[in-house]
Amino acid sequence: MSGSDGPPLLEMLEITKTFPGVRALDGVTFDLSEGEIHALVGENGAGKSTLMKILGGVYPYPEYGGEVRIKGEAHRFANVKDAESAGVAVIFQELSLVKDMTVGENIFLGREPRSYGVIRWSELYSRAQNLLDDLHLPIDPRTPVRNLGIGQQQLVEIAKALATKDTRILVLDEPTAALTDTEVETLYSILAKLRGRRVGMIYISHKLEEVFHLGDRITVLRDGRTVSTHATKDIDKQRVISLMVGREVGQLFPKPEHQPGDVVFEARNITVRDPVVPGKRLVDNVSFKVRRGEVVGIAGLMGAGRSDLLMGVFGAHSGRTSGDLLIEGKPVRVSSPGEAIKNGLGFVTEDRKRYGLVLDQTILNNMTLASLHRLSGRYVTNIDAEASAGEREMRNLRIKAPNVFTAVGTLSGGNQQKVVVAKWLLTQPVVLFLDEPTRGIDIGAKQEIYAQINKLAETGLAIVVVSSELPEVLGLSDRVLVLHEGRLTGEFARAEATPDAVMACATGHSIKLVRD
Amino acid sequence: MEKQASEPVVDRPPVTADSAPQAGAGRFRLPTDALRAYAMVIALIAIWVYFYWTNDVFLDPRNFSNLMRQTAVTGVLAVGMLMVIVTGQIDLSVGSVVGLAGGIAAIAQGWLGWGLAPSIAAGVGVAMAIGCLHGSLVAYANIPAFIVTLGGLLAWRGAIKGMSKGNTIPIELEGFRAIGQSYVAPVVGYAIAAVAVAAIAWLALRRNAARKRYGLKPENPLNLVMRVLGPSVIVVGFIWMLNSYAGVPIPVIILLAVALAGAFITQNTTFGRYLYAIGGNPDAARLSGINIRRHILAVFIIMGALTGVAAIIYTARVGSASPDAGVLLELDAIAACVIGGASLMGGRGTVFGACLGALFMATLDNGMSLNNVQDYIQDIIKGVILVAAVGVDMIGRRSG
Repeated sequence: MSGSDGPPLLEMLEITKTFPGVRALDGVTFDLSEGEIHALVGENGAGKSTLMKILGGVYPYPEYGGEVRIKGEAHRFANVKDAESAGVAVIFQELSLVKDMTVGENIFLGREPRSYGVIRWSELYSRAQNLLDDLHLPIDPRTPVRNLGIGQQQLVEIAKALATKDTRILVLDEPTAALTDTEVETLYSILAKLRGRRVGMIYISHKLEEVFHLGDRITVLRDGRTVSTHATKDIDKQRVISLMVGREVGQLFPKPEHQPGDVVFEARNITVRDPVVPGKRLVDNVSFKVRRGEVVGIAGLMGAGRSDLLMGVFGAHSGRTSGDLLIEGKPVRVSSPGEAIKNGLGFVTEDRKRYGLVLDQTILNNMTLASLHRLSGRYVTNIDAEASAGEREMRNLRIKAPNVFTAVGTLSGGNQQKVVVAKWLLTQPVVLFLDEPTRGIDIGAKQEIYAQINKLAETGLAIVVVSSELPEVLGLSDRVLVLHEGRLTGEFARAEATPDAVMACATGHSIKLVRD
Repeated sequence: MEKQASEPVVDRPPVTADSAPQAGAGRFRLPTDALRAYAMVIALIAIWVYFYWTNDVFLDPRNFSNLMRQTAVTGVLAVGMLMVIVTGQIDLSVGSVVGLAGGIAAIAQGWLGWGLAPSIAAGVGVAMAIGCLHGSLVAYANIPAFIVTLGGLLAWRGAIKGMSKGNTIPIELEGFRAIGQSYVAPVVGYAIAAVAVAAIAWLALRRNAARKRYGLKPENPLNLVMRVLGPSVIVVGFIWMLNSYAGVPIPVIILLAVALAGAFITQNTTFGRYLYAIGGNPDAARLSGINIRRHILAVFIIMGALTGVAAIIYTARVGSASPDAGVLLELDAIAACVIGGASLMGGRGTVFGACLGALFMATLDNGMSLNNVQDYIQDIIKGVILVAAVGVDMIGRRSG
């Protein structure tokens, strides 16, 4: 495929990367030619971003194994700067611009043209202007970045990556996630121009339309391994989808049959607006129902609006959420988490360290935080009442700690997660939301959480599970909902929910909704 | 930095409480939490020994009584400040509000001829209203507490300068002055000591019973006796020292009451629990259904009320209200909390620690003045000690 003679522009050979307890990359091999757009696809957590962080010098050698060669020459980057000087520029999903500086300042941040330490501003801005003109971006380099839309910021980021003349390898991680249609067109024309300059590009995207439109070749990663690399013309979307998911739902999920009862929870026309971008909807007009004793899974790729849907329903996006809720048939108004709890909603939030736990405090204080009034006393706390409730949960969920007065920050991830679950069970919810309940915990703890979810459903609790791991959603749920770009694109009964069908809806490739 | 943030959250092996936070080099490991509590007491004893060694007047009953009265104002402010800091906020205005509230009480009794109760109520009421205003601006208008109270620091000082027209207003009511200058009869002091010893014993026994109930190892009897005897000796010795001069000063009684109430609120109420949660992790607190704004407002109102109380003690002790009364008191109160182990990031700190911190700050003032250390050197030393205390604490935390 490289076409020209000599070694290819980039080779990544047998790359391995291990995080404590997790093998993120396991012998990945990848190559890139000059002037090529090579698309990299895979499920959440397949290892795409980790691979690119190795290429970009974010994980320096020897934190990874294997070899990175550019033009046949082996490189071991010690940091991002090293990678940049070898001609590698990575544009990550999270924007890395300084919002209060101008476009020009950002483009030349850290390599300002200067004489004797004094910045030559006119040169800086004229060079920035040339660069922007070259890319046909109608942006004044003296505009503060804050004043630009997210999409334009993304394009500035690309301009920044190209400011170093010798960028030979450009990595774009979900570049169109925040772009409008016209901005996407601009991006495409920039990429075409770069192709003409023989820049090699690695393009990561969840949107298969784009991947097929742009990519010369497509590589599929799964569970930290390269599944295959194909020329785009030799493969179709269906095949890519099955390569992405091609994995059996193993023995992890012995699923007892539930007998779902009446509808206890209904959300109608939930819309959540973006706090930053006016007019943008993170969740767009989503409605769903949950029955007593039923586990409803919500699948979708990163940025599909899964967490925002739950946060919105729970009253945590107050002021930018609209829609109606019915709990046990009665319409309720939820404009704060406090009201949500009062109405019987419980929410095991994602990212336990950020949203779930007060790490300094004891297991007991964390467990009782959302139900203190009911458990302990309206005004004065009753430590005995709290401790007996806490110890009961600790036994039920098998939390491993010396006692309930252990600081929660000293526990393992799995046990921390169980504390968060216990916190919400103590509020005695009618409906329990779980957002990424098993992220970053070991397999044993995962299984215990799965068993717990099934047990709770059997007692009649209505449960909604969001997870990035498709097998987890499929294995746990009686019914699966699929979101794509904030909209509901699929609804499947357990029997119909095959990985391929769900992934097709999650990538926006097909739509399957049940009407009733 | 970047690397750390982008790594997935992974399991660490479970760590037991006994082996958790430790500091020390090589084989010498000490539990830092216990160390922190003891370090404060040891530091306090150390500077007492130092001042006693350099000037034997320092531990005279008369000076001891004086020191305790000085501690009262800072201590009352520190209890309020502790709650503010635990919530993750700050109040820089308390010194100015002490000046304003004291001035208003003095004007009420002096220029307007109001009685004792209405004058005090006017001072405390104004301070509470100011706390309410600050709290509303912080909680509901989203202005950072640092800015709101920095503005308050200037504005309220200006207000009292204007209202008093630059005059120092004497306190004429005998009853008012008594709040700052009188003592309770020695018998009452010993009665307080007896109650305190009984309470210490009762709490220790109850704690031990609770340990058994929760399956923890009960204290061995020797430890238990030490837990009762240690604090009891300190309490009785404290009262005895004060009684051997003129009795327990009224400001000290007020401080004890405020500190007990503060300790109860922070440790034994849902309100207090929520303050620590808000300061420790505001996102988790909000998603647990806690109304963060309302709690921040409440905390500033409490701070205002305690500032009013401190203003009354201060004005009564000095016997007059001057327009620059209370300058820099906010820094003493904040320093007391921080030296007492509170974290300015929120979520950590105890009322007991803040009171020890206040005693520490008052000791520095008192001891250095006795030794005729020049004013400017006093300021420099206090500044250095504050930074050093936090620095030592941070080193301890990092290695733990």
